[in-house]
Amino acid sequence: MASEHHHGEPKPKSELKTAAFYDMDGTIIDANVVHAYAYYALNSAKLSSKLGKTASLIANLPFYWFADKIDRKLFNESFYKNYQGFSEDRLIYIGEEVFENVIKPSIFPGALSLIKKSKEQGHKQIIVTGGLDYFTRPLAEYLGFDDFVANRLEIKDGFATGRLHKPFIAGANKALWVRRYAEQHGYDLDRSFAYADSGSDLPLLSVVGYPCAINPDWRLRTTAKAYEWPILDLEK
Amino acid sequence: MYDIDRDSFNPVQILDEDSAPRYMHFGEDFIDYKFPAGTRVIYPNLPMKPIENTRAAIRYAINHPEGDCLPLFAQLKPGMKVTIAIDDISVPLPQMKSPDLRQQMLEILIEMLEDHGVEDYEIIIALALHRRMTPGEIKHAVGQKIFDAYYPHRLYNMDSEDEDNMVVVGTTDQDEEVQVVRRVAESDLLIYANINFVPMNGGFKSIGTGLSGYKAIRHHHNPCTIKKSNSYMDPENSELYKRNKRQALVLKEHVNVFHIETAINNKMYDDPMAFMAIPEDMWTSADLLKYKSMQWSLKKLPRAAKRALMFKIPSDYGLIGCFAGETEAAHRKTLQKCWQQHQVDIEGQADILVYGIPYASPYNVNSIMNPLLVRVMALGYFFNMYRNKPLVKKGGTIIVTHPCYDEFDPEHHPSYIEFFNRCLPETRDSHQLARRWEKEFANNPNYTEMFRRGNAYHGVHPFYMWYWAENGQHHVGDVIVVGAENEHVPARMGWRSARTMGEALDMARDNHGTSPQITMMHHPPFLVANVK
Repeated sequence: MASEHHHGEPKPKSELKTAAFYDMDGTIIDANVVHAYAYYALNSAKLSSKLGKTASLIANLPFYWFADKIDRKLFNESFYKNYQGFSEDRLIYIGEEVFENVIKPSIFPGALSLIKKSKEQGHKQIIVTGGLDYFTRPLAEYLGFDDFVANRLEIKDGFATGRLHKPFIAGANKALWVRRYAEQHGYDLDRSFAYADSGSDLPLLSVVGYPCAINPDWRLRTTAKAYEWPILDLEK
Repeated sequence: MYDIDRDSFNPVQILDEDSAPRYMHFGEDFIDYKFPAGTRVIYPNLPMKPIENTRAAIRYAINHPEGDCLPLFAQLKPGMKVTIAIDDISVPLPQMKSPDLRQQMLEILIEMLEDHGVEDYEIIIALALHRRMTPGEIKHAVGQKIFDAYYPHRLYNMDSEDEDNMVVVGTTDQDEEVQVVRRVAESDLLIYANINFVPMNGGFKSIGTGLSGYKAIRHHHNPCTIKKSNSYMDPENSELYKRNKRQALVLKEHVNVFHIETAINNKMYDDPMAFMAIPEDMWTSADLLKYKSMQWSLKKLPRAAKRALMFKIPSDYGLIGCFAGETEAAHRKTLQKCWQQHQVDIEGQADILVYGIPYASPYNVNSIMNPLLVRVMALGYFFNMYRNKPLVKKGGTIIVTHPCYDEFDPEHHPSYIEFFNRCLPETRDSHQLARRWEKEFANNPNYTEMFRRGNAYHGVHPFYMWYWAENGQHHVGDVIVVGAENEHVPARMGWRSARTMGEALDMARDNHGTSPQITMMHHPPFLVANVK
């Protein structure tokens, strides 16, 4: 979704809006970008293609896991190459299918009530995810989010190159995006909330006044405990 | 157990030059001090002899109800919908030895329901805004058999933030909403099974608060109500109780309530440690040795280990009275038993009142006694352990002993952390706190989800803890804490610090002259001072 730049004098803090920024994978849904691609690989039309894509994905899983732990950018660069050669039309169609079959059933029960309560308090709902926009858009619409930012595949002549548009939405860039977004749209980050599940999202959580760890990994859990941030288990 | 006759035991001791030092709770530790001659030390009455056949007493009460009420068996018929409400982990303190009274009441009730063909019954833990009990805690309260048979589908923690399962059944003549668990509102019969640990427990307070949510509780858990309550422990003079009663009466127009109350004695310490509840001058050499070794061992342990150890020791409470039937009639009789056990007659108020703050409060079972809970114990619970008039004079000084560590449990008390670090540095005024932040905390989505899915107290709970001390705060002139390990915690709560009890007494003497009346409340076990 577009983010227009608003010029002029900064508003007084009391007039600024508040928002809740959510990471998507592992935070709102019990799935991630690998699940989404696996669904696609398993549902390829040709048997040879299905076997090839699935086998390649399985063979590379240890590498993806390792890359994700080392550097989210490295993971993005290597993982999204899998989409090289996909037509844009196909990606849009697949996005909706993945949402219906993979993402929607994996929304955490607790996420729905958290989002509902947050909306009731007047916070704008925004997804900040390293997943692809094809999968994020249907989820954002389904949950009634006000905005989202996601990674976008580079498209040339109607086909994906396997590269992502830069800057990647991951790690520190998520925090940068949130800060710019808040400046442009008049949000008070001190009174805003952020939710994430991974240690790689610490920069995102650190820019708001109300960070919250959801189903956190070890790194985020220890940090959240050290700073006494709330820790939520939305799987229940 | 000590061979001391309960009736001849004098719980009010005036110390002389030869009196032994008195021990006080100091969080997870104990400290001693030799108070000056003339200090009055008030001990709890000795435990009343428990009823030997608890189950028979419960059955008798159910079959011989108080007030305008039919026996329970006469109210049961096949096909009816019944809900049983039980108290949460906040009573009794510490937890009682198995079998817990909840288990004994439930076993009898379930058998009776089954015998009368009632199949649609569920057991709800009446949490209101308290934290969810863990499966292990529930199992301890209800016993393995009931736990295995009913948890989690027919035995569960209520969720007062679940909008679909809470309902407003009406309003009082003062426009206070009356909110209750939907299942209760739709039941043909609500059986409320109470454990009456202190006189504040049970009666209309349980019905008005226990099964309710923020929407209704905010009408009495507020600074004005608390300030108007002349002791929570004396329902007749408690504005808190009156407002609960208004709400409970509205609820009773919609739901048929059968109340069971169980008064328990104050046998907090098992026989080998029973000396802890009697005057130190009566201790034997073996008692003193036991106390000193325990004190020494505790000093050597890390705080978390001490805490875990202490919460694992259950108390040997015994039933001293069981009454059932109509709420008010049953509660009246329960209160008589409570007074019989806990009330100590006292002549005159004190200039300086001293008490130790232990490791546990109703709100930190298996958790940390954070600074806000220390305050609520000092100025809320302990201050209110009186009838007629407070034990300390208006403008008097309270001296408490506690390390006042700056520690919070982020799983149980997440909103307390924000309250302590964000709100309190700006103001300690309850009205301002309520006006500026109460709603924000009560509706904070993070706190709500932690309350619903984790084991956190409701987001608004730290405010209630602060209000709870409102009448104590307005009554006393000064609070001095002895042994605080930092400066900022007492300062943030508006208290003064002293390194030793001697220093604290000197500081208090500056306000009350050189020979003030010093009274020490030697609890727990708890006592209620009937001040004349």
